[in-house]
Amino acid sequence: MTLDILLLVSAALFTLGLASSLLRRNAILVLVGIELMLNAANLNFIAFWRFSAHPEAFTGILFVLFSIALAAAEAAVGLALIISIHRFYKTSNVDRIDRMKG
Amino acid sequence: MTFALPAIFAILTLAGAVAALVLRNLVHCALSLVFAFAGLGGVYISLGAQFAGLAQVLVYAGGVAILIVFAVLLVRERDEKQDHTTIRWGNLLSGIAVSTLVFIALARCILSSTGLHNAAPTAPVAEIREIGTMMMSVDILPLEIIGVLLTASMLGAVIIALKEARR
Repeated sequence: MTLDILLLVSAALFTLGLASSLLRRNAILVLVGIELMLNAANLNFIAFWRFSAHPEAFTGILFVLFSIALAAAEAAVGLALIISIHRFYKTSNVDRIDRMKG
Repeated sequence: MTFALPAIFAILTLAGAVAALVLRNLVHCALSLVFAFAGLGGVYISLGAQFAGLAQVLVYAGGVAILIVFAVLLVRERDEKQDHTTIRWGNLLSGIAVSTLVFIALARCILSSTGLHNAAPTAPVAEIREIGTMMMSVDILPLEIIGVLLTASMLGAVIIALKEARR
């Protein structure tokens, strides 16, 4: 497993997350796509840490740990927003939530 | 063996992500997402980052995925059939085109850059004790800020999801 293969896996994961947030119309799956893109970034951090010249600094691992905590907070607030929007609009389809559309 | 293990977990991760993208049923999407997150944790562990892998499995496969399953159950559409029949081909094609272009650009950058194709150096050891020491000494300020942020965001999530009081 070399670094470029790991980066390609990470790019594929990012693309799948981007496609999920662009193509799916359900708000929960849009959030899932954002989570997948965050995970792809974390995989890059771990891969560069593994192949770095000074892995004893743990910069990649510490960054990933903080990033995981941030993503957990983001998922909680995002899902609470989706539940609140669903209570108001009675739908979670992002195409039908268009009150602020210009 | 050291070559094969991350590859297997990477394939599991990508398969879970593809399933989460294409499956119709929302519950199936959430469950395949568990596979993707757990596979990514396996990649971390097999690359030598045990603590990050365990945190990934605990937080994502254990926490975020369960949160998503509960949100799916709370946000059930009454008329699910209606959404599935209205596929807008223009949106679909443009989304696929944008995603493919992004992947091609990323892959070209990765494949054309030098210095990424070296063989793996000896696997670094990430002792949990040393990570804890680093976190409590060098990175103490981000740690405190993350603690405050997590508390504030959990309180905010509860307040946002609460039913509004009747006036």
